[in-house]
Parts: sequence; C-alpha cells; structure tokens
Amino acid sequence: MSSRRSRSSRQTGTSMISEDQINDLVLQLHRLLPELGNNNRRSGKVSASKVLQETCTYIRNLNKEVDDLSERLSQLLESTDSAQAALIRSLLM
Amino acid sequence: MASPTYLNSTPTDLVRRKKRQSASSSAASSRRNNAASATAGDGESHARWRSEKQQRSYSAKLVQALQQVRLSSSAAETPSPTAKKRGKAVREAADRALAVSARGRTLWSRAILANRIKLKFRKQKRPRPAAIPAVITTGSSSSSSRRWKKQRVTVVKLNKKSIPTVNRKVRVLGRLVPGCKKESVPVILEEATDYIQALEMQVRAMKSLAELLSGSGSAPPPI
Repeated sequence: MSSRRSRSSRQTGTSMISEDQINDLVLQLHRLLPELGNNNRRSGKVSASKVLQETCTYIRNLNKEVDDLSERLSQLLESTDSAQAALIRSLLM
Repeated sequence: MASPTYLNSTPTDLVRRKKRQSASSSAASSRRNNAASATAGDGESHARWRSEKQQRSYSAKLVQALQQVRLSSSAAETPSPTAKKRGKAVREAADRALAVSARGRTLWSRAILANRIKLKFRKQKRPRPAAIPAVITTGSSSSSSRRWKKQRVTVVKLNKKSIPTVNRKVRVLGRLVPGCKKESVPVILEEATDYIQALEMQVRAMKSLAELLSGSGSAPPPI
C-alpha cells in the first residue's frame, strides 16, 4: 500500500496511473453497485468493463429515479400547502 | 481511518431518532446504513453520504430550495408551467442542494454549482488537478479486505486487448458524471463512486419527502 503511494508521488503527471490503482477504484465501484445475484457468487473475479457497464446503467437509473421523484414532488407541492408547513415543522423539531 | 466526525454524531442521532418516529422508513434505512458503515469503519465517502445527520441536513436544504422554487414559479413564470418544467426546476434545486452538501470536495458538485453561474458570466475556472493525488491515495489506501461484508472479489487483469474497451467505457461514464467529461481515468472513477452515493442519498431523501407530503394530507404527522 505504501509502495503504491510512493510510486504515484514519484511519477510526473496524472497520466502514469498504475493498473493496481485502477483496479482498486474499479473494485470500489463494484462494491457500490447493487448485487445482481449469481455472477457474483460464482467467481471471485469481475471484469472491469462489466463493472463500468453496470455503473453507467446504475447512474442512468438513479438519474431517472431522481427525475421521477422531482416530478412527483412538484405535483405534490402544487397541490398541497398546509402539508408543507406540517413537514417543515416536523423536520425542524 | 474512521472519520471521527461520524462517531461524534451518533449520540445526537439517538436523540433525533426519537423525534423522527413518523419518518420511520427513512430513519430505519439510514440506521441500517449507519450500522453497516460503523462496522466497516472505513470509507470516508461511504460514511459521509450514509449518515442520518447528512440526510437530515440535506432534507432541510431541499425543503428550503423547494420553497424557493415554489415561490418563483407562482410569481414570475407563466400561469401554468408544464409539469415537465416544474419537475425540471425541482430537479435542479435538488441537485444544487446536493452539490452544496458535498462541501466543494468533489468535481461533480463544483460543476453543478458552476453551471448556474456560467449562465451569467464565465469567469468560474475549475480548480486545477492539485487535488487529484490526494484523491487517488484516499482511494488506494483503504484496503479492500477491511471493508464490508460483500464477497471478496478481484478484478480480472487488464490485458492489452481490454484497455481500449475499458477506456471507452470510462469515457462514457465520464459523460454521465457532471464535470468529468475531460478528466483522467482515476479521477472519473473516484468521482463516480462519490456521485453514486450522493445520488442514492438524494433518492432516499426525496422519496421520504414525497411520502411525507402525500401521506400527511391536512393533519401534521404525529411526533
């Protein structure tokens, strides 16, 4: 671990990134992704491109979820007024 | 490597939990996440976006931002803006509140906030990658074995054939995360991990907010 750190500090710019660092980051990403069942249990290895693919899909899904929630919230805000006051009260207490 | 601020917030979480019985769904889920990240002890961004304290602060900011959206839309805009436009305004307000919660530590949050200012004048220059070595060491210094209970996996070695594929996909990912279109691979990966966790918190907060608004009706929820 420390050797990796010293290696990166010795290198000139950000272009000389070692594979280990990329692997670490990809692993980090993989841990965040929702588990999708059998392919995780079968082998102890994941391919980087698959993780990246799932990450893109997951981010798109999250964005879509936020958009849907925004629309729902905007409709709710339009229709209710006293509910908002009650909400603020409950949040601040 | 556990962040001390997170441990300090635990006693206040206990106090707040009693008062938040009404929003039990969000409190329960963040309590679960609290337990998970407490046992892991590691992962600074993981603890940051999953703590109940963070979600409460984001929810308060969100409510303020939404109030402003409401006021501006009823006063200035056309009498009946379309549902899409209203939804978009809500989304932008939510994103801005999320970016503020990030406290300027990440590229994507700065990009979201900068986009607003860019509309008026273009003097906002993104901070140079002096922060990048710090970002990389944070990512690589936390060992994977110490983390959480997911099954231990390793990444298949990148050989000569797969590197252009991986690069291509990282570019695609970079376009999805705001502000990372022209960054290098490790930066994009690091930003993506933080962005995903922030988005998850945003979803949780907005979901509980919507449930509160739709479920309460006219009577305030019992405290």
